[in-house]
Amino acid sequence: MIEIENLSKSFTLHNQGGAVLEVMQGAGLTVAPGECVALIGNSGAGKSTLMRMIYGNYLAEVGHIRIGGVDVVGAEPREILKLRREVLGYVSQFLRVVPRVPTREVVAEPLLALGRERGEALARAEALLARLNIPERLWELSPTTFSGGEQQRVNIARGFVRDWPALLLDEPTASLDPTNREVVLKLIEEAKARGAAIIGIFHDAEARARVADREIDVSAFAPAAA
Amino acid sequence: MNDYNFAYLDEQTKRMIRRAILKGLAIPGYQVPFASREMPMPYGWGTGGVQVSAAILTPGDTFKVIDQGADDTTNAVSIRKFFERTAGVATTEHTGEATVIQTRHRIPETPLTEDQILVFQVPIPEPLRFLEPRESETRKMHSLEEYGLMHVKLYEDISRHGHIATSYAYPVRVEGRYVMDPSPIPKFDNPKLDRSPAIQLFGAGREQRIYAIPPYTRVVSLDFEDHPFEASKADHPCDLCGAEDSYLDEVIIDDAGNRMFVCSDSDYCASRQAQGHRGRLSPEVA
Amino acid sequence: MMKDDAQTPLLRVRGLTKTYGGRIGCADISFDLWPGEVLGVVGESGSGKSTLLGALAGHLAPDRGEVIFDTRAEGPRDTVTMSEPERRMLARTDWAFVHQNPRDGLRMNVSAGGNVGERLMAVGARHYGNIRATATDWLGRVEIDPARIDDRPQAFSGGMQQRLQIARNLVTGPRLVFMDEPTGGLDVSVQARLLDLLRGLVRDMGLSAIVVTHDLAVVRLLADRLMVMKSGRVVEAGLTDQVLDDPQHAYTQLLVSSVLQV
Repeated sequence: MIEIENLSKSFTLHNQGGAVLEVMQGAGLTVAPGECVALIGNSGAGKSTLMRMIYGNYLAEVGHIRIGGVDVVGAEPREILKLRREVLGYVSQFLRVVPRVPTREVVAEPLLALGRERGEALARAEALLARLNIPERLWELSPTTFSGGEQQRVNIARGFVRDWPALLLDEPTASLDPTNREVVLKLIEEAKARGAAIIGIFHDAEARARVADREIDVSAFAPAAA
Repeated sequence: MNDYNFAYLDEQTKRMIRRAILKGLAIPGYQVPFASREMPMPYGWGTGGVQVSAAILTPGDTFKVIDQGADDTTNAVSIRKFFERTAGVATTEHTGEATVIQTRHRIPETPLTEDQILVFQVPIPEPLRFLEPRESETRKMHSLEEYGLMHVKLYEDISRHGHIATSYAYPVRVEGRYVMDPSPIPKFDNPKLDRSPAIQLFGAGREQRIYAIPPYTRVVSLDFEDHPFEASKADHPCDLCGAEDSYLDEVIIDDAGNRMFVCSDSDYCASRQAQGHRGRLSPEVA
Repeated sequence: MMKDDAQTPLLRVRGLTKTYGGRIGCADISFDLWPGEVLGVVGESGSGKSTLLGALAGHLAPDRGEVIFDTRAEGPRDTVTMSEPERRMLARTDWAFVHQNPRDGLRMNVSAGGNVGERLMAVGARHYGNIRATATDWLGRVEIDPARIDDRPQAFSGGMQQRLQIARNLVTGPRLVFMDEPTGGLDVSVQARLLDLLRGLVRDMGLSAIVVTHDLAVVRLLADRLMVMKSGRVVEAGLTDQVLDDPQHAYTQLLVSSVLQV
């Protein structure tokens, strides 16, 4: 489902004397449907960078990232938008939403963008929010005012509201209490069971051990010291 | 007889105005710019109509002037005297005898004929001016037939008053093409514009525009499907001649607030009374 | 409405150039806009983004270039060379233009209902009751109390005026909306509300939009794609979040790093 091949990345800091930071070289991995691969490595090893490149958020210059027939490297913005709409979900660590939009709308958004019927989309969003123990009285409020843990759960609900064929999870269990952590792990297991290909970053070793089928150490993709 | 050229204006000017009139007749409802002259009367006193009349009068014409339908008000009397003095033409107060009728704010009640020309005095010729102050833009709207704005004005009327409250200067569409301001005639007179046998000419002196409706031209008042145009008048007969079909002025007659309704067309009213028609307050009855 | 997978871009711009005397307004601008896409155009004052928008929308005559719009009736047509009546017809049917200052986009001496109804009447609506019903519906959609349908825009707050302008523009169901700093001059809280509204309308109506702004937060929330302009030229273009999070061009990096983080 996800195939990464010979992927390299550098940042050129034009406003700092044109310094070039090589951050990744020759990265490669594959994830099959129903499989969960955990990215590991020290902080700064490039786990998040790799995730962002897969999502098309960071521009990759060399290599291939093939997801469901689309090569993200060199793809038109339009193709990436379609990929994100239809194939590739992403639970980031940050919730970025228009202030004022009610939580259940935020969660239902991926379904609405897909053209799903509004009532159905909201019902699905509400079911997930309930499962993640977000009190119903908060559903009509904007998540911008929520606590970190609540925001994280809203973000997760948004990421799981539809059955993405491929899913990227960046620290999905961080800052969650045991009950909700358990819910999230269940959600991941369910996603795997229905055939989603998942790439995740889990600092929580126990969680990682439970859901990940394989671990890939990103440090191996570090560029050779110049 | 006097030291003025016939009908005051010099021949070159009259020629220029006649060209504008002919162009106006050729493009019904289209506002033709013309080089309006200073006249020996202030703007707003009918300088546009006077210039049009001056350009079309011939020594054989019989001239009538009405102001709000009456022959005997200041404006009408002044203009009639002006042409008596500068053109020496015959004048009349009878609609049927006139060949050229200059008017402010009315169309005579007596139906006009093919042998007559009606000259309107126009203060603001641009019907779109109410909502669009830019002349460059209104010209473009006319040329491209973008007339949605005219209905915005009527919409505003209905939203504010529950009905189209515009009661004078009611916009019309001429021969399915140009939207035109018929000058501040009451909308009661609008149907008389339609397919009139007479030539109808409009002159705006200050705004320097002439436009025209040739005989038998289709003139339709704008409206909405669910708020159709209505040619309304006060719901009374004339208190002097008893006419039920003429446009009426309301006159307060004492300090107790009593009022009477009389024909605004003084010639029409007088003619009817001469024929023996009587109204509620006619002297003989009272 | 689902964003479709159309094979034809809604708008194809090629080599669009507008100069003022010897000075460049915008130069050699080329891009495709697909149905349902929102394109953000950012840059600082004087970068040519407003000139570009004016030239695209037919308010300014470009010196060179093509602006090919996929018309409903006849397919792709170059709007630069089409006749003025055709272009103006497009401007009041399939196109909409939201000005930064609502005073430029509204008739201030006409009621809210009249403002919304004007485009309907311009395309031939002649039934007062229907026009009013549509205007009422649209006021509700832009969150203006329909009881205020007969009030004039002067009596409205800045945010309401801007929402009224949007209703007035969208009432005829356009397919392409040009927006010039649509949230400029509004309080931050009002901006957020407007952005949310715009996003919902864009999604529900399947609109395409070109949004010119200097506010990077606005484009992050509203635009799918981004063009960065400097001195009349596009220096970088791509997915909005990619351009903002991994800018490639020196100028974009400077622009992004200059924004105060909150």
